[in-house]
Amino acid sequence: MRALRLNVLVRSRHFYKLTSLGGGVRSLTEKVSSKQVKSSAPETAADHLIYTQEHFALKESLRKLIDQEINPYVDQWEAEGKFPAHKIFKILGNAGFLGVNKPVEYGGLGLDFSFSVAVAEELGNIRCGGIPMAIGVQTDMTTPALARFGSDELKREFLLPSISGDKVACLGVSEVGAGSDVSSIKTKAVRKGDEYVINGGKMWTTNGTQADWMCLLANTSDGHFLQKSTICDSFPRVHIARKIDKLGMWSSDTAEVFFDDVHVPCKNVIGQEGMGFTYQMLQFQEERLWAVANILTTTDNVIQETIQYTRQRKIFKQPVLHHQAVHFRLAELQTEVELLRSLLYRATALYIKGNDVTKLASMAKLKGGRLAREVGDSCLQYWGGMGYTSDVLVSRFYRDSRLMSIGAGADEVMLGIICKYMDTLPGK
Amino acid sequence: KCPRVSPVVTLCYCFVSPQIRVKPDNTGVVTDGVKHSMNPFCEIAVEEAVKLKEKKLIKEVVAVSCGPQQSQETIRTALAMGADRGIHVDVSGKDYENLGPLQVSKILAALAKQEDAQLILLGKQAIDDDCNQTGQMTAALLDWPQGTFASEVSLEGDKINLVREIDGGLEHIKINTPAVITADLRLNTPRYATLPNIMKAKKKKIATVKPADLGVDLTSRLEVLKVEEPPQREAGMKVETVEDLVVKLKEAGRV
Repeated sequence: MRALRLNVLVRSRHFYKLTSLGGGVRSLTEKVSSKQVKSSAPETAADHLIYTQEHFALKESLRKLIDQEINPYVDQWEAEGKFPAHKIFKILGNAGFLGVNKPVEYGGLGLDFSFSVAVAEELGNIRCGGIPMAIGVQTDMTTPALARFGSDELKREFLLPSISGDKVACLGVSEVGAGSDVSSIKTKAVRKGDEYVINGGKMWTTNGTQADWMCLLANTSDGHFLQKSTICDSFPRVHIARKIDKLGMWSSDTAEVFFDDVHVPCKNVIGQEGMGFTYQMLQFQEERLWAVANILTTTDNVIQETIQYTRQRKIFKQPVLHHQAVHFRLAELQTEVELLRSLLYRATALYIKGNDVTKLASMAKLKGGRLAREVGDSCLQYWGGMGYTSDVLVSRFYRDSRLMSIGAGADEVMLGIICKYMDTLPGK
Repeated sequence: KCPRVSPVVTLCYCFVSPQIRVKPDNTGVVTDGVKHSMNPFCEIAVEEAVKLKEKKLIKEVVAVSCGPQQSQETIRTALAMGADRGIHVDVSGKDYENLGPLQVSKILAALAKQEDAQLILLGKQAIDDDCNQTGQMTAALLDWPQGTFASEVSLEGDKINLVREIDGGLEHIKINTPAVITADLRLNTPRYATLPNIMKAKKKKIATVKPADLGVDLTSRLEVLKVEEPPQREAGMKVETVEDLVVKLKEAGRV
């Protein structure tokens, strides 16, 4: 009678899982990682360094959304090279996740950055890097300057619909000839009456093929003054030159864009002309901490999945996991993940109190990119042949996470910033 | 004109981990450190209650959960979905281990009388113990009609039209209020607790009561003697002919 009771318990839970996931039984990795017992941070709000009950409630709700609306389709979108940004952003916007720290007047929630970090962490449960990156661009790269310095009219036209998920945004900063070296961008905006005429091109534009508007950084003079302006893609003469084929982040469409005498009304300039570069720099801290929060959840998941796999995979009559080299190495990696998590929470706590955390944020980003590479590389090794296939999360993670040491501030740029704070750079 | 009924929705706080292990002393399953959250069928019940309120067919949605301190989180999720206030019936320790459908039903019956509820909405069963008894027992204790395994609910005057999912297909019934309804999978798709509603839920009230305050005796009428894992599935055997099969079955003592 008791044995029967347990059997029944197991059976109906599987029944529920199958019908609710809607996608039927999936591969080993899918079953293994959904509804994972969290390996690290405490579940209770009482003990957490920066999170309250609302943060945990937010994460749980977002997790449900990810499990229902995003994860079942990731494999398909990766294969197609694009995810439906308008559809997904609308779902996220309806649930309030796109305007967490944006002003209430435009549909945001006016909460502090710790809530953005909670969102970033939870998005790490999406089974690819491309979609969280696209969401991060929408929430924390294209809109901060607009939210802080844009005119009311501009905010109503661009910020409000970006928060509600009705408009997809993209960022035009990097160029073919200027990535880390932002100050040498060549795109020009020449004033003609009450318009600017834009000529030039932008590269590495995430969401570029689906965006409704772009937050663009352009030169307004021959010198070093840069100005930020927003342009709508419905203007003629903005060419999406091509969709870039990349090593990873396949579900995120990345475009190369050209501007051929594109006219933009002067009112579309955010804040003051000439302040563009400054505005850009103000949001770096948030961008970097966001990226770290995101990657940490994913590394947790990859390590957990590697443990599950190596526990059941036998080699020389023993589970792979039983070999000391394997479980010791995973312990090293998990240790580093926790260290980085502590740095993330420390920097976030200081930031929401109003401090400048540029040094800590740069350190965290530097470490995040490198740790993701180490975790990806070591875990893939333990997956063996299976790790090399496209059927598993670890190979996708290996490709997707490589970008972190390059994009949103390359490792070398981070090192330069840290040295500046350590005062070790050669004097002028 | 539709009557304004006030429902009480009860939530199960149960564990949702896919890997359950039996305790070494065989007295139960390990629940420490296992993630707990709202029972999926209860989510559907909350969603239905909130929908009825949005249609202005009911006045107020009260979310109830029986369990330790942590079960307040489930109540907050219900508040974030649209419930107006919550009641946490504080049951912990040994009492919580022994808490079964009969005890919960007694608590709900007492609360229903106290709150003057007209409608009790529950999930059809909890996915950790699969009892499927609480709804039915509560109705019996209150002597109210019950509509279990509901896949469609509509209010008509002071009656409720229900479609029930039964083994043979779908059954249409009409019951009087006050009544108990249990939600089945296809009743609705629960909404996501949106972030604005999560923040608003902070201001909504959760009252805490003890079972003794409601005059409920929690003693269990059941004693769990032993909990075991199901036997490991053993490897099968392939045979060439039917004759071989019969021989093997006889050898194994099955025939």
